[in-house]
Amino acid sequence: MADRFAPGDHVRTSRADPPHHTRLPRYARGAVGTVVEPQGRHPLADDRARGLPAEPETVYTVRFAARELFGEGDHAVTVDIWESHLEEVR
Amino acid sequence: MSGDHHGGDAAIAARVRHVEALLEQRGLVDAQELDRALEAFLARASPASGARIVARAWVDDAFRERLLDDANAALPELGLTMGGGLQEQRLKVVENTAATHNVVVCTLCSCYPIALLGPSPTWYKSEAYRSRVVRDPRGVLREFGFELGPAVQITVWDASAESRYLVLPRRPAGTAGLDETGLAGLVTRNGLIGVAPV
Repeated sequence: MADRFAPGDHVRTSRADPPHHTRLPRYARGAVGTVVEPQGRHPLADDRARGLPAEPETVYTVRFAARELFGEGDHAVTVDIWESHLEEVR
Repeated sequence: MSGDHHGGDAAIAARVRHVEALLEQRGLVDAQELDRALEAFLARASPASGARIVARAWVDDAFRERLLDDANAALPELGLTMGGGLQEQRLKVVENTAATHNVVVCTLCSCYPIALLGPSPTWYKSEAYRSRVVRDPRGVLREFGFELGPAVQITVWDASAESRYLVLPRRPAGTAGLDETGLAGLVTRNGLIGVAPV
């Protein structure tokens, strides 16, 4: 299966606040960032933690400006994010 | 939900011992076999391995490029691996330059290249470091006694999934006379995480 996103693509993270374990950190929810690179395919940890069947999917390094995440700061933060937690920004 | 592990170590250790005892009781695991595997794993894992990688990258530009491009493929050149007998993890090496600095954290728990470097420092697992370094890296580095120039662009790498990160520090000035072993002696564990210059 092809990767849905390519380096340089703008993506938005999920806004969901699930009641279960999730690997999308709270501070990075609903934020727009840029795909740095795909890292390979891994079963979604959110599902594995609940004992659900988890098909491998692409994990991406996504780069965010600190200002986008915290409203301040001049640095960048990269987060490793499963494809299920990302949507395309046009 | 991403709780803090602080304070839960004793309970987890007790649970691990219990599981281990059950596995041995049922003949699924041989106690000595487990000890041997753990010893072999930890014998290879040390900050000294990280220092060797950095020193080689400082003296060998072609190795540095291979390392930054695909660290897992470059590590065997030094007899190192991210496997350590267990499942191999992806290692990403990020390079500091005059204009850019890198810091590593795992905000969700305490992910760290253990197979390569051994256990992480205690502060790395603290709620304070994990929550603050993503928001104010410059301030946190200052508390480590590391003042970065205002023009240096900082990137914080949150190891929140399946990759592990290693910082390649800048080679200090005035080290032209040192050989690879001497250079490796300059590299600290904090430098490999990005909270020290080297």
